[in-house]
Amino acid sequence: MITEIGKYFMFLGTMLVRRESFKTYYKLVLEECVSVGIGSVFLVALVSTFMGAVTTVQTAFNMVSDFIPDYVISQVVREMIVLELAPTIIAVIFAGKVGSAMASGLGTMRITEQIDALEVMGINSISYLVLPKIIASLMMYPLLVVVAGVCGMVGGYLAGTLTGIISPNDYVLGLRSSYNEFTVIFALIKSVVFAFLVSSISSYKGYNTQGGALEVGVSSTQAVTSSVIAVLVADYLLAQLLLSK
Amino acid sequence: MIKIDNITKSFGEKVVLNGVSGVFEKGKPNLLIGASGTGKSVLLKCIVGLVMPDKGEVFYDERPFYASDRDVKTDIRREMGMLFQGGALFDSKTVEQNVMFPLDVLTNMSLEEKMDRVNICLKRVSLENSNKKMPSEISGGMKKRVGIARAIVNNPNYLFCDEPNSGLDPQTSVLIDELIQDISEEFDITTIVVTHDMNSVMGIGEKIMFIYKGQNLWVGTKNDITHSGVQELDDFIFANKVMRSLRQQQ
Ligand SMILES: Nc1ncnc2c1ncn2[C@@H]1O[C@H](COP(=O)(O)OP(=O)(O)OP(=O)(O)O)[C@@H](O)[C@H]1O
Ligand SMILES: [Mg+2]
Repeated sequence: MITEIGKYFMFLGTMLVRRESFKTYYKLVLEECVSVGIGSVFLVALVSTFMGAVTTVQTAFNMVSDFIPDYVISQVVREMIVLELAPTIIAVIFAGKVGSAMASGLGTMRITEQIDALEVMGINSISYLVLPKIIASLMMYPLLVVVAGVCGMVGGYLAGTLTGIISPNDYVLGLRSSYNEFTVIFALIKSVVFAFLVSSISSYKGYNTQGGALEVGVSSTQAVTSSVIAVLVADYLLAQLLLSK
Repeated sequence: MIKIDNITKSFGEKVVLNGVSGVFEKGKPNLLIGASGTGKSVLLKCIVGLVMPDKGEVFYDERPFYASDRDVKTDIRREMGMLFQGGALFDSKTVEQNVMFPLDVLTNMSLEEKMDRVNICLKRVSLENSNKKMPSEISGGMKKRVGIARAIVNNPNYLFCDEPNSGLDPQTSVLIDELIQDISEEFDITTIVVTHDMNSVMGIGEKIMFIYKGQNLWVGTKNDITHSGVQELDDFIFANKVMRSLRQQQ
Protein backbone atom coordinates (compact mmCIF):
# COMPACT_ATOMS: atom_id res chain seq x y z
CA MET A 1 0.00 0.00 0.00
CA ILE A 2 2.72 2.46 1.01
CA THR A 3 4.92 1.48 -1.96
CA GLU A 4 1.89 1.80 -4.20
CA ILE A 5 1.35 5.36 -3.02
CA GLY A 6 5.05 6.08 -3.50
CA LYS A 7 4.91 4.75 -7.05
CA TYR A 8 1.85 6.88 -7.67
CA PHE A 9 3.73 10.02 -6.67
CA MET A 10 6.73 9.03 -8.80
CA PHE A 11 4.29 8.54 -11.66
CA LEU A 12 2.98 12.08 -11.15
CA GLY A 13 6.56 13.38 -10.96
CA THR A 14 7.57 11.76 -14.23
CA MET A 15 4.56 13.35 -15.85
CA LEU A 16 5.92 16.82 -15.20
CA VAL A 17 9.42 16.40 -16.63
CA ARG A 18 10.46 16.37 -20.29
CA ARG A 19 7.25 17.48 -21.90
CA GLU A 20 6.44 18.02 -25.54
CA SER A 21 5.58 21.35 -27.14
CA PHE A 22 2.62 23.39 -25.96
CA LYS A 23 0.94 22.96 -29.33
CA THR A 24 0.88 19.18 -28.95
CA TYR A 25 -0.83 19.42 -25.58
CA TYR A 26 -3.33 22.03 -26.67
CA LYS A 27 -4.83 19.66 -29.21
CA LEU A 28 -4.73 16.66 -26.90
CA VAL A 29 -6.40 18.57 -24.07
CA LEU A 30 -9.21 19.72 -26.34
CA GLU A 31 -9.81 16.16 -27.50
CA GLU A 32 -9.90 14.93 -23.92
CA CYS A 33 -12.25 17.75 -22.89
CA VAL A 34 -14.73 16.55 -25.46
CA SER A 35 -14.61 12.96 -24.29
CA VAL A 36 -14.48 13.80 -20.57
CA GLY A 37 -16.96 16.65 -20.54
CA ILE A 38 -19.43 16.35 -23.38
CA GLY A 39 -19.38 12.58 -23.00
CA SER A 40 -20.60 12.72 -19.41
CA VAL A 41 -22.92 15.70 -19.37
CA PHE A 42 -26.05 13.71 -20.17
CA LEU A 43 -25.48 11.13 -17.46
CA VAL A 44 -24.58 13.81 -14.93
CA ALA A 45 -27.70 15.83 -15.73
CA LEU A 46 -29.91 12.79 -15.53
CA VAL A 47 -28.53 11.57 -12.21
CA SER A 48 -28.54 14.97 -10.58
CA THR A 49 -32.10 15.79 -11.68
CA PHE A 50 -33.34 12.65 -10.01
CA MET A 51 -31.15 13.24 -6.98
CA GLY A 52 -32.72 16.67 -6.57
CA ALA A 53 -36.21 15.28 -6.98
CA VAL A 54 -35.71 12.51 -4.45
CA THR A 55 -34.02 14.82 -1.95
CA THR A 56 -36.96 17.20 -2.11
CA VAL A 57 -39.56 14.52 -1.60
CA GLN A 58 -37.65 12.91 1.26
CA THR A 59 -36.90 16.19 3.01
CA ALA A 60 -40.58 17.13 2.85
CA PHE A 61 -41.51 13.72 4.18
CA ASN A 62 -39.21 14.16 7.17
CA MET A 63 -40.47 17.64 8.06
CA VAL A 64 -43.61 16.68 9.89
CA SER A 65 -43.82 19.68 12.20
CA ASP A 66 -46.23 22.44 11.23
CA PHE A 67 -43.94 24.99 12.80
CA ILE A 68 -41.34 24.61 10.07
CA PRO A 69 -42.22 26.74 7.06
CA ASP A 70 -42.27 25.03 3.65
CA TYR A 71 -39.44 27.04 2.20
CA VAL A 72 -37.02 25.32 4.56
CA ILE A 73 -37.41 22.24 2.37
CA SER A 74 -35.76 23.82 -0.64
CA GLN A 75 -33.19 25.47 1.58
CA VAL A 76 -32.15 22.03 2.83
CA VAL A 77 -32.24 20.66 -0.71
CA ARG A 78 -29.96 23.47 -1.87
CA GLU A 79 -27.43 22.87 0.86
CA MET A 80 -27.39 19.13 0.35
CA ILE A 81 -26.99 19.38 -3.40
CA VAL A 82 -24.37 22.10 -3.45
CA LEU A 83 -22.28 20.82 -0.58
CA GLU A 84 -22.35 17.10 -1.00
CA LEU A 85 -24.51 15.54 -3.66
CA ALA A 86 -23.27 17.48 -6.69
CA PRO A 87 -19.51 17.35 -6.05
CA THR A 88 -19.23 14.01 -4.30
CA ILE A 89 -21.91 11.72 -5.71
CA ILE A 90 -21.17 12.98 -9.20
CA ALA A 91 -17.48 12.20 -8.54
CA VAL A 92 -18.48 8.60 -7.96
CA ILE A 93 -20.37 8.64 -11.26
CA PHE A 94 -17.39 10.34 -12.88
CA ALA A 95 -15.06 7.63 -11.59
CA GLY A 96 -17.37 4.96 -12.94
CA LYS A 97 -17.71 6.48 -16.36
CA VAL A 98 -14.61 8.54 -17.12
CA GLY A 99 -12.13 6.90 -14.73
CA SER A 100 -12.84 3.39 -15.93
CA ALA A 101 -12.63 4.51 -19.55
CA MET A 102 -9.26 6.16 -18.90
CA ALA A 103 -7.92 3.06 -17.19
CA SER A 104 -9.10 0.64 -19.85
CA GLY A 105 -7.91 2.91 -22.66
CA LEU A 106 -4.42 3.21 -21.19
CA GLY A 107 -4.39 -0.47 -20.23
CA THR A 108 -5.14 -1.46 -23.80
CA MET A 109 -2.40 0.83 -25.06
CA ARG A 110 -0.04 -0.80 -22.59
CA ILE A 111 -0.74 -4.41 -23.51
CA THR A 112 -0.70 -3.73 -27.26
CA GLU A 113 2.71 -2.04 -26.89
CA GLN A 114 1.43 1.36 -28.00
CA ILE A 115 2.97 2.91 -24.89
CA ASP A 116 6.27 1.19 -25.71
CA ALA A 117 6.03 2.61 -29.21
CA LEU A 118 5.76 6.14 -27.78
CA GLU A 119 8.70 5.55 -25.46
CA VAL A 120 10.91 4.28 -28.28
CA MET A 121 10.17 7.46 -30.21
CA GLY A 122 11.65 9.35 -27.27
CA ILE A 123 8.30 10.66 -26.09
CA ASN A 124 7.54 10.78 -22.37
CA SER A 125 4.48 8.58 -22.60
CA ILE A 126 3.20 9.49 -19.15
CA SER A 127 3.06 13.19 -19.83
CA TYR A 128 1.90 12.70 -23.40
CA LEU A 129 -0.99 10.43 -22.46
CA VAL A 130 -1.87 11.32 -18.88
CA LEU A 131 -1.29 15.05 -18.51
CA PRO A 132 -3.98 15.98 -21.07
CA LYS A 133 -6.46 13.71 -19.29
CA ILE A 134 -5.78 15.34 -15.95
CA ILE A 135 -5.92 18.88 -17.32
CA ALA A 136 -9.13 18.14 -19.20
CA SER A 137 -10.69 16.68 -16.05
CA LEU A 138 -9.65 19.69 -13.97
CA MET A 139 -11.31 21.94 -16.51
CA MET A 140 -14.44 19.95 -17.19
CA TYR A 141 -15.35 18.38 -13.86
CA PRO A 142 -16.12 21.66 -12.04
CA LEU A 143 -18.38 22.55 -14.96
CA LEU A 144 -20.12 19.21 -14.63
CA VAL A 145 -20.63 19.92 -10.94
CA VAL A 146 -22.23 23.24 -11.79
CA VAL A 147 -24.51 21.49 -14.26
CA ALA A 148 -25.32 18.93 -11.58
CA GLY A 149 -26.14 21.63 -9.06
CA VAL A 150 -28.50 23.41 -11.41
CA CYS A 151 -30.15 20.19 -12.59
CA GLY A 152 -30.54 19.01 -9.00
CA MET A 153 -32.38 22.15 -8.00
CA VAL A 154 -34.52 22.02 -11.12
CA GLY A 155 -35.30 18.38 -10.38
CA GLY A 156 -36.30 19.34 -6.86
CA TYR A 157 -38.49 22.12 -8.18
CA LEU A 158 -40.26 19.80 -10.58
CA ALA A 159 -40.81 17.07 -8.02
CA GLY A 160 -41.88 19.51 -5.33
CA THR A 161 -44.29 21.61 -7.35
CA LEU A 162 -45.78 18.91 -9.56
CA THR A 163 -46.72 16.82 -6.54
CA GLY A 164 -47.91 19.82 -4.56
CA ILE A 165 -45.42 19.32 -1.71
CA ILE A 166 -44.26 22.92 -1.96
CA SER A 167 -45.49 25.91 -3.91
CA PRO A 168 -43.23 27.37 -6.63
CA ASN A 169 -42.91 30.60 -4.64
CA ASP A 170 -41.84 28.84 -1.46
CA TYR A 171 -39.34 26.72 -3.36
CA VAL A 172 -37.65 29.75 -4.91
CA LEU A 173 -37.82 31.63 -1.62
CA GLY A 174 -36.05 28.71 0.08
CA LEU A 175 -33.34 28.57 -2.55
CA ARG A 176 -32.62 32.25 -2.01
CA SER A 177 -32.84 32.52 1.76
CA SER A 178 -29.72 32.66 3.94
CA TYR A 179 -27.48 31.86 1.02
CA ASN A 180 -23.79 31.60 1.85
CA GLU A 181 -21.61 31.83 -1.22
CA PHE A 182 -18.80 29.97 0.51
CA THR A 183 -20.73 26.72 0.00
CA VAL A 184 -20.38 27.17 -3.75
CA ILE A 185 -16.69 27.95 -3.46
CA PHE A 186 -16.29 24.93 -1.23
CA ALA A 187 -18.07 22.77 -3.80
CA LEU A 188 -15.75 24.00 -6.53
CA ILE A 189 -12.65 23.36 -4.41
CA LYS A 190 -13.94 19.86 -3.81
CA SER A 191 -14.62 19.30 -7.47
CA VAL A 192 -11.09 20.33 -8.48
CA VAL A 193 -9.59 17.95 -5.92
CA PHE A 194 -11.89 15.08 -6.90
CA ALA A 195 -11.24 15.61 -10.61
CA PHE A 196 -7.52 15.38 -9.98
CA LEU A 197 -7.85 12.28 -7.84
CA VAL A 198 -10.12 10.39 -10.21
CA SER A 199 -8.18 11.20 -13.37
CA SER A 200 -4.71 10.64 -11.93
CA ILE A 201 -5.52 7.45 -10.03
CA SER A 202 -7.38 5.96 -12.97
CA SER A 203 -4.56 6.84 -15.34
CA TYR A 204 -2.02 5.39 -12.95
CA LYS A 205 -3.92 2.12 -12.72
CA GLY A 206 -4.39 1.87 -16.47
CA TYR A 207 -0.84 2.87 -17.33
CA ASN A 208 0.61 0.19 -15.08
CA THR A 209 -1.49 -2.66 -16.44
CA GLN A 210 0.51 -5.84 -16.97
CA GLY A 211 -0.62 -8.87 -18.88
CA GLY A 212 -3.52 -9.19 -21.27
CA ALA A 213 -7.13 -8.30 -21.91
CA LEU A 214 -8.20 -9.79 -18.59
CA GLU A 215 -5.88 -7.51 -16.66
CA VAL A 216 -7.23 -4.49 -18.51
CA GLY A 217 -10.62 -5.28 -16.99
CA VAL A 218 -9.04 -5.69 -13.57
CA SER A 219 -7.22 -2.35 -13.83
CA SER A 220 -10.39 -0.65 -14.85
CA THR A 221 -12.28 -2.02 -11.84
CA GLN A 222 -9.41 -1.15 -9.51
CA ALA A 223 -9.32 2.34 -10.96
CA VAL A 224 -12.94 2.91 -10.00
CA THR A 225 -12.56 1.38 -6.53
CA SER A 226 -9.41 3.29 -5.66
CA SER A 227 -10.70 6.58 -7.05
CA VAL A 228 -13.94 6.30 -5.12
CA ILE A 229 -12.10 5.55 -1.87
CA ALA A 230 -9.74 8.46 -2.46
CA VAL A 231 -12.67 10.76 -3.20
CA LEU A 232 -14.50 9.79 -0.03
CA VAL A 233 -11.42 10.21 2.16
CA ALA A 234 -10.64 13.55 0.55
CA ASP A 235 -14.27 14.59 1.00
CA TYR A 236 -14.05 13.99 4.72
CA LEU A 237 -10.67 15.70 5.07
CA LEU A 238 -11.81 18.74 3.14
CA ALA A 239 -14.94 19.03 5.23
CA GLN A 240 -12.82 18.89 8.39
CA LEU A 241 -10.33 21.40 7.07
CA LEU A 242 -12.61 23.95 5.51
CA LEU A 243 -15.91 23.69 7.32
CA SER A 244 -14.99 23.15 10.96
CA LYS A 245 -15.13 26.32 12.92
CA MET B 1 26.88 0.38 -35.17
CA ILE B 2 25.37 -0.94 -31.99
CA LYS B 3 27.46 -2.83 -29.48
CA ILE B 4 25.92 -4.77 -26.62
CA ASP B 5 27.94 -5.84 -23.68
CA ASN B 6 27.02 -8.58 -21.21
CA ILE B 7 23.25 -7.99 -21.24
CA THR B 8 21.67 -9.96 -18.41
CA LYS B 9 18.03 -10.09 -17.52
CA SER B 10 15.93 -12.26 -15.24
CA PHE B 11 12.24 -12.15 -14.47
CA GLY B 12 11.98 -13.34 -10.90
CA GLU B 13 13.74 -16.68 -10.74
CA LYS B 14 13.72 -17.14 -14.50
CA VAL B 15 16.96 -16.12 -16.20
CA VAL B 16 16.03 -15.02 -19.70
CA LEU B 17 19.27 -13.41 -20.88
CA ASN B 18 22.53 -14.59 -19.42
CA GLY B 19 25.26 -12.21 -20.52
CA VAL B 20 24.72 -11.57 -24.22
CA SER B 21 27.43 -9.56 -25.99
CA GLY B 22 27.89 -8.71 -29.64
CA VAL B 23 28.11 -6.12 -32.36
CA PHE B 24 25.46 -5.11 -34.87
CA GLU B 25 26.88 -3.53 -37.99
CA LYS B 26 25.83 -0.49 -39.91
CA GLY B 27 24.27 -0.55 -43.35
CA LYS B 28 22.86 -4.05 -43.23
CA PRO B 29 20.19 -6.06 -41.43
CA ASN B 30 21.57 -7.92 -38.42
CA LEU B 31 19.43 -10.96 -37.71
CA LEU B 32 18.65 -12.27 -34.24
CA ILE B 33 17.39 -15.82 -34.48
CA GLY B 34 16.37 -18.42 -31.96
CA ALA B 35 13.48 -20.61 -30.90
CA SER B 36 10.28 -19.16 -29.51
CA GLY B 37 10.63 -18.05 -25.90
CA THR B 38 14.43 -17.80 -25.89
CA GLY B 39 14.35 -14.11 -25.15
CA LYS B 40 14.79 -12.45 -28.53
CA SER B 41 12.08 -9.89 -27.90
CA VAL B 42 13.40 -9.29 -24.41
CA LEU B 43 16.90 -8.72 -25.80
CA LEU B 44 15.55 -6.27 -28.36
CA LYS B 45 13.67 -4.44 -25.63
CA CYS B 46 16.82 -4.31 -23.51
CA ILE B 47 18.68 -2.80 -26.45
CA VAL B 48 16.14 -0.03 -26.99
CA GLY B 49 15.65 0.51 -23.26
CA LEU B 50 12.07 -0.63 -22.87
CA VAL B 51 13.15 -3.36 -20.50
CA MET B 52 15.84 -2.43 -18.05
CA PRO B 53 18.56 -5.13 -18.04
CA ASP B 54 19.88 -6.25 -14.67
CA LYS B 55 23.42 -5.88 -15.98
CA GLY B 56 25.13 -4.77 -19.14
CA GLU B 57 25.43 -1.79 -21.43
CA VAL B 58 24.41 -0.87 -24.96
CA PHE B 59 26.55 1.44 -27.09
CA TYR B 60 25.00 3.40 -29.93
CA ASP B 61 27.95 4.43 -32.10
CA GLU B 62 30.12 4.57 -28.99
CA ARG B 63 27.47 6.41 -26.92
CA PRO B 64 26.56 4.33 -23.88
CA PHE B 65 22.79 4.21 -23.43
CA TYR B 66 22.20 3.15 -19.85
CA ALA B 67 25.03 5.23 -18.42
CA SER B 68 23.66 8.39 -20.06
CA ASP B 69 21.29 10.88 -18.49
CA ARG B 70 17.73 11.30 -19.62
CA ASP B 71 18.38 13.94 -22.26
CA VAL B 72 21.01 11.88 -24.06
CA LYS B 73 18.74 8.87 -23.85
CA THR B 74 15.95 10.88 -25.45
CA ASP B 75 18.31 12.06 -28.19
CA ILE B 76 19.36 8.49 -28.95
CA ARG B 77 15.74 7.39 -28.87
CA ARG B 78 14.79 9.99 -31.42
CA GLU B 79 17.16 8.30 -33.85
CA MET B 80 15.37 4.98 -33.47
CA GLY B 81 12.56 3.40 -35.40
CA MET B 82 10.91 0.27 -34.14
CA LEU B 83 8.48 -2.25 -35.50
CA PHE B 84 6.74 -4.20 -32.73
CA GLN B 85 5.78 -7.84 -32.92
CA GLY B 86 2.08 -6.94 -32.92
CA GLY B 87 2.40 -3.71 -34.89
CA ALA B 88 1.53 -1.47 -31.93
CA LEU B 89 -0.39 0.98 -34.08
CA PHE B 90 -2.26 3.73 -32.25
CA ASP B 91 -5.79 2.47 -32.59
CA SER B 92 -7.46 5.86 -32.29
CA LYS B 93 -5.57 7.15 -35.32
CA THR B 94 -5.86 6.38 -39.03
CA VAL B 95 -3.09 4.67 -40.98
CA GLU B 96 -1.94 8.02 -42.27
CA GLN B 97 -1.97 9.64 -38.82
CA ASN B 98 -0.06 6.69 -37.41
CA VAL B 99 2.71 7.04 -39.93
CA MET B 100 2.76 10.81 -39.58
CA PHE B 101 2.85 10.68 -35.81
CA PRO B 102 6.65 10.71 -35.29
CA LEU B 103 6.89 13.67 -37.66
CA ASP B 104 4.10 15.51 -35.82
CA VAL B 105 5.73 15.17 -32.46
CA LEU B 106 9.43 15.20 -33.26
CA THR B 107 9.83 17.58 -36.20
CA ASN B 108 8.72 21.02 -37.32
CA MET B 109 7.86 20.01 -40.86
CA SER B 110 4.95 21.62 -42.66
CA LEU B 111 1.87 19.56 -43.37
CA GLU B 112 2.75 19.19 -47.07
CA GLU B 113 6.25 17.99 -46.29
CA LYS B 114 4.86 15.52 -43.79
CA MET B 115 2.20 14.30 -46.25
CA ASP B 116 4.86 13.75 -48.90
CA ARG B 117 7.05 11.81 -46.55
CA VAL B 118 4.12 9.69 -45.32
CA ASN B 119 3.06 8.85 -48.85
CA ILE B 120 6.59 7.88 -49.84
CA CYS B 121 6.82 5.55 -46.86
CA LEU B 122 3.40 4.02 -47.42
CA LYS B 123 4.32 3.46 -51.05
CA ARG B 124 7.47 1.65 -50.04
CA VAL B 125 5.41 -0.85 -48.07
CA SER B 126 2.87 -1.08 -50.96
CA LEU B 127 0.00 0.54 -49.06
CA GLU B 128 -1.01 3.41 -51.28
CA ASN B 129 -4.76 3.28 -50.86
CA SER B 130 -5.30 2.80 -47.16
CA ASN B 131 -4.44 6.27 -45.83
CA LYS B 132 -7.78 6.90 -44.18
CA LYS B 133 -8.42 3.43 -42.78
CA MET B 134 -8.38 2.71 -39.06
CA PRO B 135 -6.06 -0.01 -37.72
CA SER B 136 -9.10 -2.13 -36.83
CA GLU B 137 -10.09 -2.15 -40.50
CA ILE B 138 -6.88 -3.59 -41.91
CA SER B 139 -5.37 -7.07 -41.84
CA GLY B 140 -2.53 -8.23 -39.60
CA GLY B 141 -0.03 -8.12 -42.42
CA MET B 142 -1.11 -4.62 -43.37
CA LYS B 143 -0.65 -3.54 -39.76
CA LYS B 144 2.91 -4.84 -39.89
CA ARG B 145 3.55 -2.84 -43.02
CA VAL B 146 2.07 0.31 -41.53
CA GLY B 147 4.31 -0.33 -38.51
CA ILE B 148 7.34 -0.46 -40.80
CA ALA B 149 6.29 2.73 -42.54
CA ARG B 150 5.96 4.43 -39.16
CA ALA B 151 9.36 3.10 -38.07
CA ILE B 152 11.18 4.51 -41.09
CA VAL B 153 9.27 7.76 -41.57
CA ASN B 154 11.61 9.91 -39.53
CA ASN B 155 14.80 8.58 -41.19
CA PRO B 156 16.11 6.60 -38.24
CA ASN B 157 19.76 5.73 -37.71
CA TYR B 158 18.77 2.58 -35.90
CA LEU B 159 15.93 0.34 -36.96
CA PHE B 160 14.54 -2.50 -34.86
CA CYS B 161 12.10 -5.03 -36.23
CA ASP B 162 10.52 -7.73 -34.09
CA GLU B 163 9.39 -10.42 -36.49
CA PRO B 164 8.60 -8.17 -39.43
CA ASN B 165 7.19 -10.96 -41.51
CA SER B 166 5.38 -13.26 -39.13
CA GLY B 167 1.81 -13.51 -40.31
CA LEU B 168 2.63 -12.48 -43.86
CA ASP B 169 2.40 -14.59 -47.00
CA PRO B 170 5.73 -15.73 -48.50
CA GLN B 171 5.63 -13.16 -51.29
CA THR B 172 4.96 -10.19 -49.03
CA SER B 173 7.51 -11.57 -46.57
CA VAL B 174 10.20 -11.42 -49.19
CA LEU B 175 9.13 -7.91 -50.15
CA ILE B 176 9.36 -6.77 -46.54
CA ASP B 177 12.74 -8.44 -46.05
CA GLU B 178 14.10 -6.80 -49.16
CA LEU B 179 12.62 -3.49 -48.12
CA ILE B 180 14.39 -3.71 -44.78
CA GLN B 181 17.63 -4.65 -46.49
CA ASP B 182 17.30 -1.88 -49.07
CA ILE B 183 16.63 0.90 -46.61
CA SER B 184 19.40 -0.30 -44.32
CA GLU B 185 21.88 -0.11 -47.18
CA GLU B 186 20.48 3.01 -48.77
CA PHE B 187 20.46 5.14 -45.61
CA ASP B 188 23.29 3.35 -43.84
CA ILE B 189 21.05 2.32 -40.95
CA THR B 190 22.01 -0.15 -38.24
CA THR B 191 19.12 -2.58 -38.40
CA ILE B 192 18.36 -5.40 -36.01
CA VAL B 193 15.75 -7.91 -37.13
CA VAL B 194 14.33 -10.57 -34.83
CA THR B 195 13.08 -13.54 -36.78
CA HIS B 196 12.64 -17.26 -36.77
CA ASP B 197 11.80 -17.45 -40.42
CA MET B 198 14.42 -19.46 -42.33
CA ASN B 199 13.45 -17.77 -45.59
CA SER B 200 14.52 -14.43 -44.15
CA VAL B 201 17.69 -15.96 -42.78
CA MET B 202 18.70 -17.33 -46.15
CA GLY B 203 17.49 -14.22 -47.94
CA ILE B 204 18.99 -11.31 -46.05
CA GLY B 205 21.18 -12.97 -43.40
CA GLU B 206 24.46 -11.18 -43.92
CA LYS B 207 25.00 -11.09 -40.21
CA ILE B 208 23.24 -13.55 -37.96
CA MET B 209 23.29 -14.00 -34.21
CA PHE B 210 21.82 -17.21 -32.78
CA ILE B 211 20.39 -16.93 -29.29
CA TYR B 212 20.05 -20.11 -27.30
CA LYS B 213 19.09 -20.38 -23.64
CA GLY B 214 19.83 -16.72 -22.99
CA GLN B 215 23.21 -16.75 -24.63
CA ASN B 216 24.75 -15.71 -27.89
CA LEU B 217 25.74 -19.14 -29.14
CA TRP B 218 26.83 -18.47 -32.70
CA VAL B 219 27.52 -15.51 -35.01
CA GLY B 220 27.97 -15.74 -38.76
CA THR B 221 26.40 -15.24 -42.17
CA LYS B 222 23.86 -17.11 -44.26
CA ASN B 223 26.73 -18.75 -46.15
CA ASP B 224 28.14 -20.56 -43.16
CA ILE B 225 24.98 -21.10 -41.12
CA THR B 226 24.34 -24.55 -42.65
CA HIS B 227 27.75 -25.89 -41.63
CA SER B 228 28.35 -24.19 -38.32
CA GLY B 229 29.07 -27.40 -36.46
CA VAL B 230 26.89 -26.18 -33.60
CA GLN B 231 24.38 -28.89 -32.74
CA GLU B 232 21.76 -26.52 -31.27
CA LEU B 233 21.85 -24.34 -34.38
CA ASP B 234 21.52 -27.37 -36.66
CA ASP B 235 18.51 -28.51 -34.66
CA PHE B 236 17.00 -25.08 -35.15
CA ILE B 237 17.53 -24.68 -38.90
CA PHE B 238 17.04 -28.27 -39.93
CA ALA B 239 13.85 -28.66 -37.96
CA ASN B 240 11.75 -29.32 -41.03
CA LYS B 241 11.98 -32.23 -43.44
CA VAL B 242 12.61 -30.19 -46.55
CA MET B 243 15.66 -28.56 -45.05
CA ARG B 244 16.91 -31.93 -43.81
CA SER B 245 16.62 -33.54 -47.23
CA LEU B 246 18.33 -30.53 -48.77
CA ARG B 247 21.23 -31.10 -46.44
CA GLN B 248 21.42 -34.75 -47.35
CA GLN B 249 21.63 -33.87 -51.03
CA GLN B 250 24.53 -31.52 -50.45
N1 LIG C 1 7.48 -8.92 -18.64
C1 LIG C 1 7.82 -10.21 -18.45
N2 LIG C 1 7.65 -10.77 -17.25
C2 LIG C 1 7.98 -12.06 -17.02
N3 LIG C 1 8.50 -12.87 -17.96
C3 LIG C 1 8.70 -12.38 -19.19
C4 LIG C 1 8.36 -11.02 -19.50
N4 LIG C 1 8.66 -10.81 -20.80
C5 LIG C 1 9.15 -11.97 -21.26
N5 LIG C 1 9.18 -12.91 -20.32
C6 LIG C 1 9.68 -14.29 -20.47
O1 LIG C 1 10.88 -14.23 -21.17
C7 LIG C 1 10.99 -15.31 -22.08
C8 LIG C 1 11.42 -14.81 -23.42
O2 LIG C 1 10.36 -14.09 -24.01
P1 LIG C 1 10.50 -13.39 -25.42
O3 LIG C 1 9.24 -12.66 -25.67
O4 LIG C 1 11.75 -12.61 -25.49
O5 LIG C 1 10.61 -14.62 -26.41
P2 LIG C 1 10.93 -14.57 -27.95
O6 LIG C 1 12.26 -15.17 -28.12
O7 LIG C 1 10.71 -13.21 -28.49
O8 LIG C 1 9.83 -15.57 -28.49
P3 LIG C 1 8.91 -15.44 -29.80
O9 LIG C 1 9.75 -15.88 -30.93
O10 LIG C 1 7.81 -16.39 -29.51
O11 LIG C 1 8.45 -14.02 -29.91
C9 LIG C 1 9.66 -16.02 -22.08
O12 LIG C 1 9.80 -17.24 -21.42
C10 LIG C 1 8.74 -15.11 -21.31
O13 LIG C 1 7.89 -15.88 -20.51
MG1 LIG D 1 9.27 -12.27 -29.64
